[in-house]
Amino acid sequence: MEIDPLIFRLSIFILSIFVGYYVVWSVTPSLHTPLMSVTNAISSVIIVGAIIAGLSSNEDSVFNISSIFGFLAIALAAINIFGGFLVTQRMLAMYKKKKKDKK
Amino acid sequence: MISANLSAIFYLVSGVLFILALRGLSSPETSRQGNFFGILGMIIAVTVTFLSTGNFSTGFVYVLIFILVGGSLGAFIAYKIPMTAMPELVAGFHSLVGLAAVFVAISAFLNPEAFNLGSPGNIKLGSLIEMSIGAAVGAITFSGSIIAFLKLQGIMSGSPITFKGQHPLNAIILISIIVLIYLLCSTQSSNLFWILLGVSFLIGFLLIIPIGGADMPVVISMLNSYSGWAAAGIGFTLENTALIITGALVGSSGAILSYIMCKGMNRSFFNVILGGFGATDEASSVSSKEQRPVKSGNADDAAFLMKNASSVIIVPGYGMAVAQAQHALREMVDTLKKNDIKVSYAIHPVAGRMPGHMNVLLAEANVPYDEVFELEEINNDFANADVAFVIGANDVTNPVAKTDPQSPIYGMPVLDVEKCKSVLFVKRSLSPGYAGIDNDLFYKENTLMLFADAKKMTEDITKNL
Repeated sequence: MEIDPLIFRLSIFILSIFVGYYVVWSVTPSLHTPLMSVTNAISSVIIVGAIIAGLSSNEDSVFNISSIFGFLAIALAAINIFGGFLVTQRMLAMYKKKKKDKK
Repeated sequence: MISANLSAIFYLVSGVLFILALRGLSSPETSRQGNFFGILGMIIAVTVTFLSTGNFSTGFVYVLIFILVGGSLGAFIAYKIPMTAMPELVAGFHSLVGLAAVFVAISAFLNPEAFNLGSPGNIKLGSLIEMSIGAAVGAITFSGSIIAFLKLQGIMSGSPITFKGQHPLNAIILISIIVLIYLLCSTQSSNLFWILLGVSFLIGFLLIIPIGGADMPVVISMLNSYSGWAAAGIGFTLENTALIITGALVGSSGAILSYIMCKGMNRSFFNVILGGFGATDEASSVSSKEQRPVKSGNADDAAFLMKNASSVIIVPGYGMAVAQAQHALREMVDTLKKNDIKVSYAIHPVAGRMPGHMNVLLAEANVPYDEVFELEEINNDFANADVAFVIGANDVTNPVAKTDPQSPIYGMPVLDVEKCKSVLFVKRSLSPGYAGIDNDLFYKENTLMLFADAKKMTEDITKNL
């Protein structure tokens, strides 16, 4: 009997939860805010679904109701991706070890 | 156009890069590299999606335009936002992830052929279940985060909003969501899909309004977790490994942060979610307020105490963020250090409005992160320190949590500030903190209250040093 591909995806999902569990416990508490902003950015990988939706239309009609929702989702996810990664970078750049006044 | 197998492998690669991005955050040295891995993973995922659809027609141009518009807006916000506003920003970003998940689900529901999920009215059962769960969780994330954002921004009152029958109502709505998903899957009716979305928006709103301002760290972490589960739900629908891995990572990350925050307050997760904390305690704190003697001083006294100390521990809290006092504080510490006084910072897990909020603010003020310590690391040092400088924190220093089993915060881990030889407490008035209870520390022999705005007081102390 064939195994449903869903089972494979479910396995990936469950194992990723465990990976996430151990990886996140090892995050130092002082970086919990960057952790939140970076998880924000990476969860916007949902943009791949939005892109497929946006490109779902055929040549003669770029905009149909389904692709419009796709385009909107692209814009929202893009705000998050750029905003999330950049603000994380901005924060991480501020964590310095020795006292050096650069600003 | 690349094959489905090849693109699946690339999605896996970007999933692994996202894991490395989080792994990098285990120390500040590796964190910037981690962020780079995250960006790389995102570029791979987006590029592969373009290649696998192989559609470079007019639609492609529009996709790029929307990415550009959203991206420049996001970049603009990221550069402009002050560090004190980070909780609002994160809440706002969560709402966008939630809404994006909802939009993708709507799009897939209306045009399932584009995603290989069947045809309208005849969507594969598994996909429909995944899609509706993703949409419902996304909608809850969206409206919940909007409320959290409004509360953090101060547009909406931070005090809990409760009404009679709230919990039964929420329970009924949650059950109706499950029933709706079941009916939707058996009938494929699009009306039910819209009702499901509407009800999910409503419950997200209702779940967050009863939660008070001081519980925001838990709420933000919880919504972080939700946004992950929503992404995972959509990932199952789209059969996309990158999304499934990311969703699981983000989901568990948010859950762990919520757990840490709840533990920092010694409250169970359900206790926080059911809300209403702070509202009930107000009456008791007013009645029990007998006049007790308080020693208060000025910047001169504080400067004198600190000048004669050999070690000082600083305890920052949300009040410091509100007063924007972090830079003034750093200047004060610089002066202290010039006088050979040892200074360290003690941070309580729930200080501020989101996990790690104080650390970011101190980092912004150029405080080196190896001078900043967590509760467990530094709590024993208070007994050997000469001065504790409490700026903008309150409940997290209250010794009542250790001594009075009647107190609502009893059992909460607190910083042992009272063990210091002397305590300087910067505060605008004697009013109780968010928990609505009086702080015993105010009335201790060795406590000197400095009634002033945190920033102004810190600047004045620096002048007097």
